[in-house]
Amino acid sequence: MDIQRLISMANQIGDFYESYPNQSHAQQDIAGHLNKFWALPMRKQIAEYVQQGGAGLHAQVASAVKAHLHL
Amino acid sequence: MDDIKYSNTHHQHEHSRTNYDDQLDYGTPASDSDVQVTLLIDDREITVPEGTSIMRASILAGINVPKLCATDSLEPFGSCRLCVVEIEGRRGYPASCTTPVAEGLKVHTQTPKLADIRRGTMELYISDHPLDCLTCATNGDCELQDMAGAVGLREVRYGYAGENHLKSVKDESNPYFSFDPAKCIVCSRCVRACEETQGTFALTISGRGFESKVAAGIADFMDSECVSCGACVQACPTATLIEKTVIDHGVPEHRVTTTCAYCGVGCSFDAEMKGEEVVRMTPNKNGGANHGHSCVKGRFAWGYATHQDRITTPMIRKSIKDPWQNVSWDEAIDYAASELARINQQYGKDAIGGITSSRCTNEEVYVMQKLIRAVFGVNNVDTCARVCHSPTGYGLKQTLGESAGTQTFDSVMQSDVIFVIGANPTDGHPVFASQMKRRLREGAKLIVADPREIDLVANSPHIRADYHLKLRPGSNVALISALSHVIVTEGLVQEEYVKARCEWDSFVEWRDFVALDANSPESLASELGIKAEDIRAAARLYATGGNAAIYYGLGVTEHAQGSTTVMGIANLAMATGNVGREGVGVNPLRGQNNVQGSCDMGSMPHEFPGYRHVSDDATRALFETAWGRPLSKEPGMRIPNMLDFAAEGSFKALYCVGEDIVQSDPNTQHVTHALEQMECVIVQDLFLNETAMFAHVFFPGASFLEKSGTFTNAERRISPVRRVMNPKNGGTINGKQEAGYEDWEITAKLSKALGYDMNYHHASEIMDEIAALTPTFKGVSFKKLDELGSIQWPCNDEAPLGTPTMHIDEFVRGKGKFFITQYVPTTEKVNAKYPLILTTGRILSQYNVGAQTRRTKNVAWHAEDIVEIHPQDADDRGIRDGDWIGIKSRAGETVLRAKISERVQVGVIYTTFHHPESGANVITTENSDWATNCPEFKVTAVQVTRVNQLSDWQKHYKTFSEAQLAYAGRDLEAAKIELN
Repeated sequence: MDIQRLISMANQIGDFYESYPNQSHAQQDIAGHLNKFWALPMRKQIAEYVQQGGAGLHAQVASAVKAHLHL
Repeated sequence: MDDIKYSNTHHQHEHSRTNYDDQLDYGTPASDSDVQVTLLIDDREITVPEGTSIMRASILAGINVPKLCATDSLEPFGSCRLCVVEIEGRRGYPASCTTPVAEGLKVHTQTPKLADIRRGTMELYISDHPLDCLTCATNGDCELQDMAGAVGLREVRYGYAGENHLKSVKDESNPYFSFDPAKCIVCSRCVRACEETQGTFALTISGRGFESKVAAGIADFMDSECVSCGACVQACPTATLIEKTVIDHGVPEHRVTTTCAYCGVGCSFDAEMKGEEVVRMTPNKNGGANHGHSCVKGRFAWGYATHQDRITTPMIRKSIKDPWQNVSWDEAIDYAASELARINQQYGKDAIGGITSSRCTNEEVYVMQKLIRAVFGVNNVDTCARVCHSPTGYGLKQTLGESAGTQTFDSVMQSDVIFVIGANPTDGHPVFASQMKRRLREGAKLIVADPREIDLVANSPHIRADYHLKLRPGSNVALISALSHVIVTEGLVQEEYVKARCEWDSFVEWRDFVALDANSPESLASELGIKAEDIRAAARLYATGGNAAIYYGLGVTEHAQGSTTVMGIANLAMATGNVGREGVGVNPLRGQNNVQGSCDMGSMPHEFPGYRHVSDDATRALFETAWGRPLSKEPGMRIPNMLDFAAEGSFKALYCVGEDIVQSDPNTQHVTHALEQMECVIVQDLFLNETAMFAHVFFPGASFLEKSGTFTNAERRISPVRRVMNPKNGGTINGKQEAGYEDWEITAKLSKALGYDMNYHHASEIMDEIAALTPTFKGVSFKKLDELGSIQWPCNDEAPLGTPTMHIDEFVRGKGKFFITQYVPTTEKVNAKYPLILTTGRILSQYNVGAQTRRTKNVAWHAEDIVEIHPQDADDRGIRDGDWIGIKSRAGETVLRAKISERVQVGVIYTTFHHPESGANVITTENSDWATNCPEFKVTAVQVTRVNQLSDWQKHYKTFSEAQLAYAGRDLEAAKIELN
């Protein structure tokens, strides 16, 4: 899938959780959302992108992907 | 209905009825009083609730009092004087319809004097009524005729020499019904139905005395405010207002109760038949959602089912550049199966997916998701709720614990404050809107949040919104935050409720967040375009006005923050204690008839039936055992994901049932490009819809009149769809007529051809399997639906008759959970190049992609999609009413006709998407909701200019679609057009 589209979708998720007081919970919830709703090929693609540096990706999303994404 | 307790202490009547007869007209509405009153009518003792009319009490006791102006859907009027009775100890001959019962009354309905009065009255009626009963369209179905018989009228002494109304001119302007003033007895039932039942007030009695006549507007019905709901026709006791189909075909000979195939109200109708032919559809007065009311779509717009455009023979082709080839069902099924098997082998299972529609029955959706999951071992199955109410499913599950609305429609009658957000009930959910308007006329307060002035704001008689929060498209979350801010900072939270019912920590986090200055009405006023004091006043009204209910629609969900708004709405309702009883709640108004059902049935790529995630091992094991196949624990692709992967070439095969993604999904050119890259597109539909033009296999579907199943409406009401005629999709191959199939049978046949046998003999067996595997449906069966009429899920051992109101003692998830809802402005921003916002909506007479309604006489009201533009924006661009204007967005360009209107605000234009050639979705973008990928249909930055020709896309569409129709043998002239 077009990586820019995946980045913008992922960043929208990051934006939603930005106001959460507990950001470590937010990170788990971001990854939890991706695990629950994103098809595996999409998760793999975003994980790969994070490994390559994850430019343009919401910082919390990148951390969430690294720490909690199921692949 | 149990408003009767009677005994026959004086006489034992063999024919006394012990049960309420739901087909009988009791003359006046039931009373809901708890106080019982006992009286004697014709020496029969009867006990009924206080407030019941003598007429109703009589009929309940099995005594038929003659009547003409009374019917139990309307308040009594007392004008016809046929229902007069005598009451011992009282003077005169009071009308039994307007006289309430009283303890100990002794009433006589049949005396020589009463007979004399009634005959005299009837004689006067008939003296100005044509005596053409034998050739009259309602011969055998006419209350006037019945009453003439009942009162024993034998002669009319006055003759026809004097002045009369017999030469009055018929009004045939409405495409569906005729108005013949010559046959009118001026009983006012039509006028009252228009007021009380529909709430439009289009009809009146003009003139006085002999000049009195029913009048619709100044000229005729079509020129009036009439919305063609049919309430007047239903109420008319004579042939004055009558369906043209009855004039053409005669009165029906049998009826079958079924469920409307249009919007999410899910009205119950009687299909009134002659053999296999529908003569008319009439609203079922016992329908749980509609109580005998209807709208122009369900009542009249069913002709599409037999329209000549229907495709009734299966078709296949190698390429979309080839003409279609008519084939037998076996050949079509085998070809589709072999293609799916090939693609599965060649590209892998993730190259295959399925899409269902909210126009499918529950049973069809269930077998479809079962096929994709069990046969291919993937969860790539989605439904059109993706592009409408997927945020509702997500948001309500997160906060309340169940992906569904909390109330019944009837609950609105207990509401004191009604808050409508991003919904247009009078157009989108007309029958429920009539009920809501009735409550508003009784005095409930109304808050409307909508960028556009919908009819409820100030264009419905005797209704005016207390607050119209005319916000800017895309700013819903900011509005919810501002309202929440007021409720929290002004101490309007119902803390006891929150403490008892909700997760306190989540509440505290939310409370602290919304209390921030940044979320105050004053801080957000300019973003919203609404005065801060109006926001404050609306918030106070919602929080303190009594029972407050929120009704919302696609104006909430179809945004980049659709799910956030749904959660914000649930937060508001929980904080003010407005969930868990009658009159309150969070009520998503679902667009199509089976949006709720298609989601319930597991047609989402992450959920099995009953909203259980595919990664849940216990649920998966349950389905694996029942289905005998290994199932995937990975969420599948959503519709936009499928299209994105297709556009890149990895997704190759789609089985699409009842849905038209080319017309209904955003960025049409992206959708068609994706379809063009696929190797096998299977479309199952009634018509060669826009998606079918890109298909390789066409399975002709069966209309809702041709199959059995169930639909589940916006209030979780499961209602039966009953087969009233045989499926018309048998087709003819080599002169041989094949049998037709219900849609689930087609899916089951395809499954069998793919090596997975689904052994059902009737749709009821599919529901039995659903009930066995889904806790919320455990008690549902076709047999119980036959007994109860309809059932609101959850229906199980704890609630064997269903659950009208949810979350009564506790939330489904246990404690309600608050979520912080940060406002994030959409990335779809206006700028110098695209300075206006396009927002989209619906109108009354058309439905969704219009495939059904465009093939009915409803085009008389809406023959094309038009664009509303504010006078100031029009003036800036030199646009006049009726001009063609080009609308250009970042996604594409189309041309539509302009209508100058102050309903839209400056900077916003509005249109509908009911006609494919309009290309409304050529302009909309792929921006979507963060949680569900529901498209942001409601916000597209555009520029508009006056033009004098169609857009390039429209020109291409014209050529392409004509060629595709020709390939299906639909237009021989166009067959000559070559595609390149």
